[in-house]
Amino acid sequence: MSEAEAKLRAAFSESLGLPADTQYESLTYRGIKQWDSVAHMQLVAAIEAAFDLMLETEDVIGMSSYGKAQEIVRKHGVAL
Amino acid sequence: MASPSDGKLLAGRCAFVTGSTRGIGWEIARTLAAHGASVALNGRDADAVEARAHELTKEHGGQALALPGDVADAAAVTRCYQTVFKTWKRLDVLVNNAGILEDALLGMITPELVDRVLGVNTKGAILHLQGAARLMTRAKAGSIINLSSIIGTMGNEGQAVYGASKAALLGLTRSAAKELAPVGIRVNAIAPGYIETDMIKHLPAEVHALRLSQIGMGRIGTPADIANVALFLASDLSAYVTGQVLGVDGGMRI
Repeated sequence: MSEAEAKLRAAFSESLGLPADTQYESLTYRGIKQWDSVAHMQLVAAIEAAFDLMLETEDVIGMSSYGKAQEIVRKHGVAL
Repeated sequence: MASPSDGKLLAGRCAFVTGSTRGIGWEIARTLAAHGASVALNGRDADAVEARAHELTKEHGGQALALPGDVADAAAVTRCYQTVFKTWKRLDVLVNNAGILEDALLGMITPELVDRVLGVNTKGAILHLQGAARLMTRAKAGSIINLSSIIGTMGNEGQAVYGASKAALLGLTRSAAKELAPVGIRVNAIAPGYIETDMIKHLPAEVHALRLSQIGMGRIGTPADIANVALFLASDLSAYVTGQVLGVDGGMRI
């Protein structure tokens, strides 16, 4: 796993309070009780802080899964 | 946080004031800068914004940022916050001040007038609040100040659209305050009364006299009267104040 991928997972883990055995690829917005609308904004802030970037509103709305989050940070020039 | 000895309430803080090339917005920008804040200025006239940024830097030192653009233009608002992020990496204070005043009696209100007034006064404030809250959430702190109006709290004939646009900011303030309190961001509104700005210069003498007669304290308000309250709301002096609307009107009753 790349360092960037680990940072992305850490952002998810810390902001959503995920257990160690989480299957990140299967995470979806509202798919688990921790990932609600309030936690979503915390997650966005954590990802922005981790990669020193600012997401656009469309990114925030469109980040509906871990896979989408990967796509979005790649779009901002992060190599996962 | 500023130490009591330096007297600067906003030392090290970054603030963004929309519609800040003149009137109340400019006075707020100057007041925040005088208290140690780096201030981002905004307006539709890019040259005027640049000139004011230069003026502010000359007056107070520090860093003034020029962020020209129409607050009702979502893409321009996004660019503003991208620039704030790139430059400061943070935002501590947003003052949603940009506003336009267009009067029309019922029956003479065009859809275009509604779009213009609500676009700047309401949509613009919502877009900026959203952009600012995103940056403030990272630090789990911040203060957002929405400039409403006594017309929004009390209403006035001929000002149904303006009043609606400013009343909307009260709902915005109270809702956003509830949503953002858990992340340490405060949201408050100021409702100015009759204030000496370019907006009222066109008023006939008899209307001016009528307005003065409605003010308990018997004098027109100054931009500084509003800026001082904005400073209070921006600073830690109001650390436990959120979701409030402060009338700054000298006891005016319409």
